[in-house]
Amino acid sequence: MTIQFPARPFPIRLAGLLMIPACLVASTGAALADAPVPNKGDTAWMLVATALVLMMSVPGLALFYGGLVRTKNMLSVLTQVMAIVCTVAILWVAYGYSLAFTNGGALNDVVGGFSKAFLAGVDASSTAATFSNGVVIPEYVYMAFQMTFACITPALIVGAFAERMRFSALMVFVVLWVTLIYFPMAHMVWYWAGPDALGDAAKAVAAATDPAAKAAAQTTLDAVSADAGMLFKWGALDFAGGTVVHINAGIAGLVGCLMLGKRIGYGRDLLAPHALTMTMIGAALLWIGWFGFNAGSNLEANGTTALAFVNTFVAAAAAALSWLFVEWAMKGKPSLLGMVSGAVAGLVAITPTSGFAGPMGSIVLGLVAGAACFFFCSTVKNTFGYDDTLDVFGVHGVGGIIGAIATGILVAPALGGTGLVDYLAKPGEAVAGHYDMAAQVLIQLEAVCLTILWSGIGSAILFKLVDLALGLRVPQEQEREGLDIAEHGERAYNY
Amino acid sequence: MNIVMAIIKPFKLEQVRDALSALGVHGMTVTEVKGYGRQKGHTEIYRGAEYAVSFLPKIKLEIAVPAALAGSVVATIAEHARTGQIGDGKIFVMPVDHAVRIRTGETDSDAL
Repeated sequence: MTIQFPARPFPIRLAGLLMIPACLVASTGAALADAPVPNKGDTAWMLVATALVLMMSVPGLALFYGGLVRTKNMLSVLTQVMAIVCTVAILWVAYGYSLAFTNGGALNDVVGGFSKAFLAGVDASSTAATFSNGVVIPEYVYMAFQMTFACITPALIVGAFAERMRFSALMVFVVLWVTLIYFPMAHMVWYWAGPDALGDAAKAVAAATDPAAKAAAQTTLDAVSADAGMLFKWGALDFAGGTVVHINAGIAGLVGCLMLGKRIGYGRDLLAPHALTMTMIGAALLWIGWFGFNAGSNLEANGTTALAFVNTFVAAAAAALSWLFVEWAMKGKPSLLGMVSGAVAGLVAITPTSGFAGPMGSIVLGLVAGAACFFFCSTVKNTFGYDDTLDVFGVHGVGGIIGAIATGILVAPALGGTGLVDYLAKPGEAVAGHYDMAAQVLIQLEAVCLTILWSGIGSAILFKLVDLALGLRVPQEQEREGLDIAEHGERAYNY
Repeated sequence: MNIVMAIIKPFKLEQVRDALSALGVHGMTVTEVKGYGRQKGHTEIYRGAEYAVSFLPKIKLEIAVPAALAGSVVATIAEHARTGQIGDGKIFVMPVDHAVRIRTGETDSDAL
C-alpha cells in the first residue's frame, strides 16, 4: 500500500522509531551538522520508564496471575512468566528489535529486516526519533524500552491456559509467537521514519528550485513517508500498545484456552484463587508500572507525557470503581478481586489512547471498560463455557478492543483530546492535522480487525504445530497433582 | 476413661479452653477441620464464577478424661461453645481401653 503524503494528516504519537539512516536524507551534510543530541532529562525518564515496564512483568504480572491460581500451580505461573521475559529479552536483542524496527524491504509493510540483528550498528552514540522534531533519545534506551513490551506481551497470554499447559510446549510456542506474531505486529503499528526524517525530506522538496530537483526530492519524501508499517500508514492510532500488546495477547489467549480445553473440574470443583493478597500486590505493581508503559510511550519527558500519566491514573481508578459497583449491584457484594480486575481493565483500555484522550474522556472510557470487562468475564464466559482461566481475553482482549476503538473518538479536540498532528504541513514543526471522527473510528476498527485476524489465525496455527510436535497439555494425573510438583519439582509453600 | 470429642465454632476455642482449665482439665488436642451439618455453607464469587462452599471451618477438640469427669467436661463444653445459632457443633463421648504416657511409661489413669 502506498501513501500519499501530505494528503493524509500524519498521526502523531504512534510509539515511534529510530532516526532514518542519514543516506535517506536529502542534504546529508546539513542534516548531520545540526543532528539533535539526546536530552539528559528525556534519557533519564525513559530509563526509569523502561525499568517500570519490566516491573509490570516481574513481579507485577507474575504475582497478579500467581495469586489467582490454586496453591499447587503457583510456581508454574511464576516460572512461566519469568522464563518468557528472559527468553524474549534475548530474542529481542538477537533479532526481534531488528524485525520490528528496521526497514524490511519488500516486506516492509508487515515486518522489518535483519539489518540490526544482534544490535548491529547500535552503539552508545546512535539515536532514535521521538514524536517531536529535533528531539531524540539514545537508541539503546529506545531498544530497551520496546524490549520490555515484547517481554510482557507473551507473558500476558499464559493466564488464559494457566494450570494445564506443558512448560516445554509453552516455551517453544512463545519463541514462535513473538517471532511470527509480535515482532511483525509491532512493526506494522509502530515503525515509521520519525518526524525529523519527514521534516527534512519535506523541506528539501520546498527548497528545490528546478523541476528535476523537485521531482527527485519528492521521490525521497515519498520513500521516507512509505518507510513505515502498514497500520501506521493507515493512520491507525495506538499510543502504547492496545493492538500490539493487549488485543494481540487477548486473542492469542482466547485461541489458546479453546485449543487446550477446560481444566479438569471446571464448572464443578472449587477452583478459587489461592492468594488474593498477592493478586492485589501484583495489580498495584501493574498500575505503578503502567505509568512507565503509557507515559513512557511518549519517548520524551514533556506535557504529553504528563497527560498520559494522568490518563493512566484516572482511567484505572474509574474502571476499578465501575467494576466494583456493577458487581456489587449484580452479585450483591463489592469484591477486591473485582476492583483490581477493573483497575487492570481500565489500564488496558486507556493504553492505546493514553496520550491522545483528555482526562475526562479517560474517566468515561474507564467506566465503560470496567463494566464491559465484568460482563465478559462473568456472563459471556459462563454462557459460552470457555475456560479462560485468568480472563486474558475478558480483560486484555475486550479492554484492548474497547480502548482501540475509543481512541478514534477520544482523540477529538472537542472532547478534550489532543487531535492529530501533521508533520508535513509546516516541515520541521508539528502542527494540528485534520481530524474526522468517523474516518478515524473506521481506521481504528480496521486496525482492530486486522489484529484479531493476525493474532487469531497465527496463534491457532502455532498452537496446532506445537501440539503436534510436543503436546500442549500435561497428562491428567499431572494436572491433578499440580504443575508445581509435576513440572518443576518444587512447591510454593512448605509449612 | 473417656475421650470427649467436640466439634465447635473456631472463635469459641479460647472460651472453652479457659472453662475446661478451670474444671481441672490440663490437656487437649485441637485440630482445624471442615465439615457440615445443618448449617448451610456460603457462596463465593470470583469474577462472576460462583462456588457453593458447603464445608465450613470448625475446630475439633479431643480430651482424654477419667470417666468420672466426662459428664462435667461435656456440660462445660456445651455451655461455653453455645451461641444458640445453627452450626454450634456436636459433642461425642467414647470409651478408652488403655492409655500410656510415653515419657514415663505410666499407664491408664496415671497417664491422663
